[in-house]
Amino acid sequence: MSAVMITRKLRKWEKLPGKNTFCCDGRVMMARQKGIFYLTLFLIIGTCSLFFAFECPYLAVHLSPAIPVFAVLLFLFVIAMLLRTSFSDPGVLPRALPEEANFIEMEIVLKKTTQSYFTNNFNVFWCLVNELLKNFQMNHIQWAVCRYLATPATECCCCCFSDRFDHHCPWVGNCVGKRNYRYFYLFTLTLSLLTIYIFAFNIVHVVMRSVDQGFLSTLKETPGTYPFKYEYILLLVCFFTLWSMVGLTGFHTYLISLNQTTNEDIKGSWSGKNRGQNPYSHKNIVKNCCEVLCGPTYPSIAAEKSSAPKDDPPPAAKLPPLASPETDAETSIIKNQ
Amino acid sequence: MLCCFTVFIFCPTQFHNLQELRHSASLANKVFIQRDYSEGTTCRFQTKFPSELESRIELTLFEETVKTLNNFYAEAEKIGGQSYLEGCLACATAYLIFLCMETRYEKVLKKIAKYIQEQNEKIYAPRGLLITDPIERGMRVIEISIYEDRGSSGSSSGSSSVSGSTAR
Repeated sequence: MSAVMITRKLRKWEKLPGKNTFCCDGRVMMARQKGIFYLTLFLIIGTCSLFFAFECPYLAVHLSPAIPVFAVLLFLFVIAMLLRTSFSDPGVLPRALPEEANFIEMEIVLKKTTQSYFTNNFNVFWCLVNELLKNFQMNHIQWAVCRYLATPATECCCCCFSDRFDHHCPWVGNCVGKRNYRYFYLFTLTLSLLTIYIFAFNIVHVVMRSVDQGFLSTLKETPGTYPFKYEYILLLVCFFTLWSMVGLTGFHTYLISLNQTTNEDIKGSWSGKNRGQNPYSHKNIVKNCCEVLCGPTYPSIAAEKSSAPKDDPPPAAKLPPLASPETDAETSIIKNQ
Repeated sequence: MLCCFTVFIFCPTQFHNLQELRHSASLANKVFIQRDYSEGTTCRFQTKFPSELESRIELTLFEETVKTLNNFYAEAEKIGGQSYLEGCLACATAYLIFLCMETRYEKVLKKIAKYIQEQNEKIYAPRGLLITDPIERGMRVIEISIYEDRGSSGSSSGSSSVSGSTAR
């Protein structure tokens, strides 16, 4: 008697509203703008190709064959980390259904269970809820884009809404969030090492050639001459990359030691009056580093299969879009019009 | 309401099949068990018994389900020797090892899915309830759907659609 519902196995990501692109049956997830990612790939592969083609033969013969071997391993690791960061789901959260949002709204408006949500020791959620309560109007609270709650009306930032959102990195063509932060960090770290390595051996190569042939004749040969033109390109690229990569790696090492995200650091979430209240921090640098780098690898919620009826009602579209989470990810509220 | 209750008592197999539950019963309400942040940011759900379930299921069964789920999540997110070893080994292989090996978290999630399925079949579906795996809700809530027999007139929501705004 009851209507037979046509079910088909829908991948979560097929229902996920947002501005990501997916490939390989949802296994690969990236932002829409990928141009700069291709540039990153080109720069890394191009620079390393020049190094392997024009410098490694000389260095392998005159110094040690281990030099190019180590460079190859480092290069492969950098590419693996870059691809892993770029193609991973950063930790995108599915949006809350209207009944969930309404349920929570009722609970908080009536303050029925506010106290049971948290104790005095842990007041992060309380900070968020306080902000919400300060601005709510009697009929309706619209939820901010924050890591605990999201509604179907949420407009994602540039491309995604992820748990522990760090930042959107155009160089890797993806957002960096909880799931792919360690790959991003390892990418910056190993790229810095690779850049330093290439830069150092570039200089060693020039020095050794000038010792062999005399410095002045090396300089005379070098401008515009076949292998050496490329050496200057290498030196230039490495020099500028070095400073930015080392700086970025240093900054992220600092963030890891405090178990903070770039987003939290920029907004000063755990500084000023909230100093020392970061709930993610273990108050111990070693523990923080271990958790971020060697902690559990979280599953991709977006990639989970879910069997949903084909005729699922679409999320309620009547709530107007919210502010961008990049400006006010944790505490922004849009008042009901 | 009484006939609905009778149906559950004397014909527990009526809703034994979860598909039948969806087809022959209408969704009356949903209850959302929130995260418990009193012990930090790790995944833990509150064991507070919702009032909407008081007439449906015993407190002990509900608490046992939530506590078991909490234990599973604690096991998945535990930071200790095993997670460090997994992390270091994975890093050394440029994370390629995850192409052929499941992470510990994924293994535990499979156990959780199986446990929820089993709980639904044995305990919740015969009582007209259905637990949704928290992973389907972004690990934010445990959603428990409350079903009423279609023949019963005691539904709190007249609509079988899931937009909650109409209920108010």
